[in-house]
Amino acid sequence: MSSTYHPFVIPFCAGALLLFAILIGKCILWLHRMSRTQKKQCLKRLISLKTIAAFWECLRECLFHRNIFKRNFVLGYMHLSFALGWFLLIVVGKAEASCYSHTFWEDPWMAIFFRYFEDGNTNYFMPQLFTFVMDLLLAWILSGILLAWCKRLYSRLLGMRKTTRHTWYDRLGMISLWCIFPCRLLAESVTASVRHNGGWLTQTLGDALAFLPSEQLQLPLWWLYSSVLCIFFLCLPFTRYMHIFAEVLLVFLRKWGVTEEETLTGYTQVETNACSRCGICIDVCPLNTAANIQNVQSVYFIRDSRQGVLSEEVANNCLLCNRCVEACPVGIQTTLIRQIRRGEQKQAGNGKAYYTYLPQALPQEKRPKVVYFAGCMSHLTGGVIQSMLRIFEKAGEDYLFLDQDKNLCCGRPLRQQGYTEQADQMRNALEKLINGSGASLLVTSCPICYHAFKQEYRLDMPVMHHTEYLRQCLAQHKITVTADATRYAYHDPCELGRGERIYQEPREVLAAIGILCTVSEEKADALCCGHSLGNTALNSAQKNLIRDEAMRTLCADHPDVLATACPLCKKAFTCGQAEKVAVKDIAEIIAEHLN
Amino acid sequence: MKAFGFNLQKTRTFFIDTRTEPDRTLSRKVPSFRQCMFCGSCAGTCSANSHTPFNILRYNLLFRHGMQEEIADALDACMLCGKCSIVCPRGVNTRAMIMEMRNELQATNDHA
Amino acid sequence: MDAQLSNQPMDVLIIGGGPAGLEAAGRLAQAGFHVQLLEKEALPGGKLNQWDKLFPDFHDAKEVKEELLRKLPQDRVSVHCGTEVRQLRREDGLWTAETADGQHLQASAMLLTTGFEPFDAKRKEEYGYRIYPNVITSVELEQMIGEGNIRTTEGKVPQSIAYIQCVGSRDEKVGNHYCSVNCCICAVKQSIEAKQLLPEVRQYCFYMDLRMTGQHFEERYRESQEKHHVNFIRGRVSETALSQDGRIQIKAEDTLLSRPVKMEVDLLVLMVGMEASPSTKQFAQELGIADPYGFYLSADRESADNATAHPGLFVAGSGKRPLSIPKTLKDADAAAWEIAAYLNNRTTK
Repeated sequence: MSSTYHPFVIPFCAGALLLFAILIGKCILWLHRMSRTQKKQCLKRLISLKTIAAFWECLRECLFHRNIFKRNFVLGYMHLSFALGWFLLIVVGKAEASCYSHTFWEDPWMAIFFRYFEDGNTNYFMPQLFTFVMDLLLAWILSGILLAWCKRLYSRLLGMRKTTRHTWYDRLGMISLWCIFPCRLLAESVTASVRHNGGWLTQTLGDALAFLPSEQLQLPLWWLYSSVLCIFFLCLPFTRYMHIFAEVLLVFLRKWGVTEEETLTGYTQVETNACSRCGICIDVCPLNTAANIQNVQSVYFIRDSRQGVLSEEVANNCLLCNRCVEACPVGIQTTLIRQIRRGEQKQAGNGKAYYTYLPQALPQEKRPKVVYFAGCMSHLTGGVIQSMLRIFEKAGEDYLFLDQDKNLCCGRPLRQQGYTEQADQMRNALEKLINGSGASLLVTSCPICYHAFKQEYRLDMPVMHHTEYLRQCLAQHKITVTADATRYAYHDPCELGRGERIYQEPREVLAAIGILCTVSEEKADALCCGHSLGNTALNSAQKNLIRDEAMRTLCADHPDVLATACPLCKKAFTCGQAEKVAVKDIAEIIAEHLN
Repeated sequence: MKAFGFNLQKTRTFFIDTRTEPDRTLSRKVPSFRQCMFCGSCAGTCSANSHTPFNILRYNLLFRHGMQEEIADALDACMLCGKCSIVCPRGVNTRAMIMEMRNELQATNDHA
Repeated sequence: MDAQLSNQPMDVLIIGGGPAGLEAAGRLAQAGFHVQLLEKEALPGGKLNQWDKLFPDFHDAKEVKEELLRKLPQDRVSVHCGTEVRQLRREDGLWTAETADGQHLQASAMLLTTGFEPFDAKRKEEYGYRIYPNVITSVELEQMIGEGNIRTTEGKVPQSIAYIQCVGSRDEKVGNHYCSVNCCICAVKQSIEAKQLLPEVRQYCFYMDLRMTGQHFEERYRESQEKHHVNFIRGRVSETALSQDGRIQIKAEDTLLSRPVKMEVDLLVLMVGMEASPSTKQFAQELGIADPYGFYLSADRESADNATAHPGLFVAGSGKRPLSIPKTLKDADAAAWEIAAYLNNRTTK
């Protein structure tokens, strides 16, 4: 057997060693930076079925990219060919090299440069099959690379309106990745033309290139292949390609139950690094589709945070509508990370009591069954409050209108802007008031408050958004309504829909009194009204563009009434003139139809 | 102080002859800050305003005239609930303005 | 009047029988032109029919209307009420109006006087119009004044009335950046009339700026303060609510005191602004002469304020921009002159 070493393997080996050193270092750092609760969570679930489930998900997502497939077939194929193709190329290559060497412990670079080092000895298991499969895999990956080139040149070819713009070292990494496989093809083909050891692809190409001085070209090409690999390895930890490894780690951590916390943790960094910058979030972002803003989407936000160059403008210019979170194939909690990063940009609280003016106790010694919390914005849409009060009366409910004096806030707007300490104080004050009421149910008209109550509050009673409450009232015949032939288009408010998955209740309520129109983008795909409190960077004209796009989508089926369940959305749509349609809250609609 | 038969006590008058740095920064970062016509819609709807000296349009004026030191820490009373921006007839981005005012004041304090 | 619609080409076709349309018709007919005027409502007079007295001199709106009608030379003007125009276009050098019942009426020149419409107060939901009882618009108050009977929904005599200025004007949230010009003085006028009807009533007017831009407006403002004790509070009301005893609760900032003010009143009057009427919006858009708010855009504000981008097509009145009645009438006079010049120029050629 001839020598299995040549100096051209040095760049590859050095690159690979450095890569793994950096990867392990980063991994340890991230795990170390996780909070105590997060670490405990990992240890608790480490040996459990969750770990097996994580393996399965890695296979499904990191290799097969099922989520990208679901959204965009061609893009999914591109990612699949890279990930699974390269993975198989390494595994099959390793098997081939091991079979050839009759040992599992052959030189580690053998699998990568096998065609150069094999000496025509065919005394192993089905060499022709190996050669055939290896060529097939290479061809498959090359087809993916061809698509990637096309995507750069013309993103619409892959069904994407916008593709991500990259920084220069991302480009270096990307170009080196694109060169790896063409280099390998050339090196193997030229070697095949010298030694006739190629397969259907490499031999054919080798024969076609026979006019070249193959003997002299062979070594430089293998050097090139090794060097390109080395460049890619060195770029990888500092570019988006880090996602290949970070995503695996993320899948395990998530399966073990680790979640984002209020502040920046190691888990945030894992999430940040797991972004492959596929750019799927750009096309679903209303800021892009309606307001033509293209530098603030989650992909850029994550990139800027990772590189430590996050500007306030990028951090603040997001509706927190969660459309991108729904679309993200990796499932990164981009909006939570945004809140954390906004918090980083704010000065730390100094432990002072901010809201001493809030009421400390309920005004009266009343012990109501139901507490009604309208929410700040509902006070600007008096119709919603009036309707709810009427419905409570009709249902014979013993209720207390908690924020009648308009001086309470749930604290979520503060949290969205990263003022965690202030938001906590607000929550504690309101929590005390609500729990102090001794009621057995809390009903709110505001999806923002509802989301806060559900996620952040420790309440002694169940919480319902008024759509849930109305459905319950109808089901229990506490109120009765008369149906007519009015046609309704329902708008899913972000915080109620994507935030709390309340999709069915409002639709059932509307179906009970009228006809539901079809809306092309609804439920998890619903558009934001543009007036979200999550954003502090948009001007009114931009907000209105987003609102108008949403209104046009909602009214495509010409409804009589545009129904929503959020005072903020209602306010936005009422002021909009894009469509001539009545805008009503579900509570108002029910109140109108009460018997 | 009384000397030469007339009063040398400082007047309450303030002079507006130069633009101050905080005013410039705020105008650049939150351009709609300049749109305010002091109608009072924001303050009228504001919960913090009913209980504390927190007053958005007054702060807007103080910043324009370079008297931001009079604001002190009352800015902290804001709950960022956003009602002010919903009622504003001029489309002032009130919440961005308040957050930027906080930054500005912090910067001045740090500098001092 | 109200003769058969004539299919013969006229000199001038006027769309809209409000003060601007009637005045222009009268002037053109006096000058010898044959005019056909189309009004979609059952009665001519437009918004004059909804108004009792005009500011600043408390002239009777009915009398102003009667005078306009009286001045119409019967032989050269025909007024057709209940005739809705569906489409306007220029055909063979003539302006054609297609009516809802399919008639095609033609004239050498056309004047659009389709006017304004009061802002729909339901769009400012925070004021509670049609949500709470006793929140009314200035149009509804004018009607009560005309009947000499200002009462709450429950039929009681209101002890206090508040006026909110700039409802639907100077408000980018509803897309109207402009000032409607007439509401300030209108509230002053109405508060004086209300006080005369209800000597015990307390009145409050919430304003951002008081724009007393016409002759004798400021005098009325002074009178309302001095004689009728109307309180003017410098602050825009941001929201209303229903109090425990069913009165209207107002929350605002007294911007001069820098302090929040809260009050409960029996009647809340929303001084609704002026928007282009649906017909104005439709024709302005279809003919490509719409300004950003849907009003008609004249060819040149200084030199050709009644002409448009199209030869033979003219505009007048508050379909162009918010105007008071006297200014509308003067604008209609000017339009008549401009149209006469256009027609004479055509015949001499």
